[in-house]
Amino acid sequence: MLAKASEVGKAEAILLGPAPEDAVQTLAKHGASKIYLAADAIYRDYLTLPAAETVAGLLQKYHPAVMLFASSYTGRDIVANLCARLDCGAITDVGDFELKDGSVEATIPALGASYQNTSTLVHQGTKLLVVRPKSFEPKVNEQPLAVEEIPAASDEGLRKVHMKERVVVKREGPQLEGAKIVVSGGRGLKGEEQFGMLKDLADALGGAVGASRAAVDAGWVPYAMQIGQTGKTVKPDVYFAIGISGAVQHLSGMKTAKYIISINKDAEAPIFQYSDFGIVGDLFKVVPQLIEELKKRKDA
Amino acid sequence: MTIEIDSNTKRMARKGVPHELDPAAASAVEEGLRLTEKHGGTVTLVTMGISEITIGIRNALAMGAASAVHILDEAVAGSDTLATAKILAAAIKKQEFDLVICATESSDSYSGIVPGQIAYFLGVPPMTFAKEISVDGNKITIKRQSESGYDVVESTLPALVACSSGINEPRYPQLKGIMAAKKKEIKVYTAADLGLSPDQVGEKGAREKVLTIGRPPKRQSGKAISDEGEGGKQIADFLAEIKVI
Repeated sequence: MLAKASEVGKAEAILLGPAPEDAVQTLAKHGASKIYLAADAIYRDYLTLPAAETVAGLLQKYHPAVMLFASSYTGRDIVANLCARLDCGAITDVGDFELKDGSVEATIPALGASYQNTSTLVHQGTKLLVVRPKSFEPKVNEQPLAVEEIPAASDEGLRKVHMKERVVVKREGPQLEGAKIVVSGGRGLKGEEQFGMLKDLADALGGAVGASRAAVDAGWVPYAMQIGQTGKTVKPDVYFAIGISGAVQHLSGMKTAKYIISINKDAEAPIFQYSDFGIVGDLFKVVPQLIEELKKRKDA
Repeated sequence: MTIEIDSNTKRMARKGVPHELDPAAASAVEEGLRLTEKHGGTVTLVTMGISEITIGIRNALAMGAASAVHILDEAVAGSDTLATAKILAAAIKKQEFDLVICATESSDSYSGIVPGQIAYFLGVPPMTFAKEISVDGNKITIKRQSESGYDVVESTLPALVACSSGINEPRYPQLKGIMAAKKKEIKVYTAADLGLSPDQVGEKGAREKVLTIGRPPKRQSGKAISDEGEGGKQIADFLAEIKVI
C-alpha cells in the first residue's frame, strides 16, 4: 500500500499500539515520508474504538485525499466506524485505484480477477479504500525517518471491546500456497473428522488440503486452510471442490486453477458452472472410491 | 440463485424478486434463537428491501423469531453500506434490545462493514467476526476470527454482534412454526417513518457510486454428470486424461 500511495502522492503512515522496534524504519524504507506514532497498549487491548478515534482525529486535522486500509478484520472494523462517524463512504475489496482530479476511481476485481467492477466515492473529503491483500508489489523507497508522536486515545468510553486473549491455531500438513493439487472441503463435509478423508485424497495425489469459509467458521479446520476472498488465493493445476457450493467469495480464491473438479450432491450448485469436471453425487461414496481407484492404479 | 444486474442503474434487480432469507442471516437468526432459549427474551427480525414478496421474513418467523420489522420503501433502492446502516439502525432504535445480531455480510453484495456502522449509530460496542457467542448476565464474550486463529473478546450488553457465516447450522422451520408464523406481526415502515429524509437513503444518500460492472467470462461448459456408482472412477479417468496421474 505504501508503494502504491507513494506512486500517486506523498505517503504517510499511522502506527498504533505496541510494535517491534524496527517497525518505523520498515515503514520509512518502503515510502512513508512521515509516521504518526502512538505506541500505547490501549490499541492492542481494546478493539476498534480507540484506533478509530485516533484515525478520525488525524483525518480531520490533515485531510488526506485517500486513506488506505488493509482488508483485514481490524481494518474493516475501523473503516466501518469511520464511515458512520464522518458520514462518508468507503469502497471495500479494492484491487487497484487511480486519482483523477481529486476523485478516486477504484477497481474491484471479481472472480479471481477474471473481470472487474469500478466504483467511485462522490462525497467531499478523504476517500476510504479497503485494499485486498497482495494488490500492490512492495517497493524499497527509502525516506528519511520522520516520526511524529501523537497522543494516544485515552477516553474510558473507548475501552469497551476488550481483547482478552489471542489464540493461535497451528496448521498441519503441506503448504497450500504453491501446491500443484489442492483438495478443499466445505459445508458438505458435515464435520471435522471427515476432513481426514480429504487428507487421504490429497496424500494420494501429493497435494494439500484447503477449505471453504463455511468449514472454517464451523470450527472444523483452522483459518490457515481457508481459501477465498477472506482467505488464501491458490492457483494449483487441479483444484477439488468437495461439498462446496461455490459462493462468489470462495470462487475468487481458486478460480484461476487450471482444472477444477467438483463433487456436490446439489446439481444446481454454482460450482458446477466453473468446473471442468463435476460429479453430482454423495461425496462420502465418490471420494473413498476415488482414493481406492488411485491406489489401484498406482499399484498396477 | 441467479442475480440479474440492471445495466442502466448498475444495481441488482431486487424489485419483484422474492426477498429471501440470506443463509448468513439465517445463521444470525439461529444464534438469536439459541441465546433466547437459554437466557429468555425474544428475537425480533429487522430487515429492509423493496420487494413485497417477503418469504425470507416468514421463514425467520417460522424458525421462531417473535416478530419482524420491515422497512419496505422504494426510496431505499440503491442504498450503499452507510445508508443501509442508517436505515437499519433507525429501525432498531425503535425497539428495546439487549443484543443486536447480524450476519457479517450478505451473500449477494458483501462488504462486511454494515454491522460496524450500525453499532456506531446505536452507540453500542461492535463485536465482529464472531464464530462463537456466549452471554453471562450482562457480560458478552465472543470468539472473534483472526488471521492466525481467534481472539477472545469481551464486552457488556447492550452490544452488537456480527457473526461469521457457518457459526451454526440454522434450523429448518417445522410445520408448527410455519403455521404460527402466519399470525406473527410484521411492522412495516418507510424511511420517512423512521425520520430519515430522502437525501439520506437510497441512491441519493449513497456515497459510493458504481461506475462499471464487468461480466464474468464464460468458462467452457462445465461438465457435471450424475454419480451412477462409478463417480470416483470417472474422476480418476479424468485425472489420467489431463495427465495428473
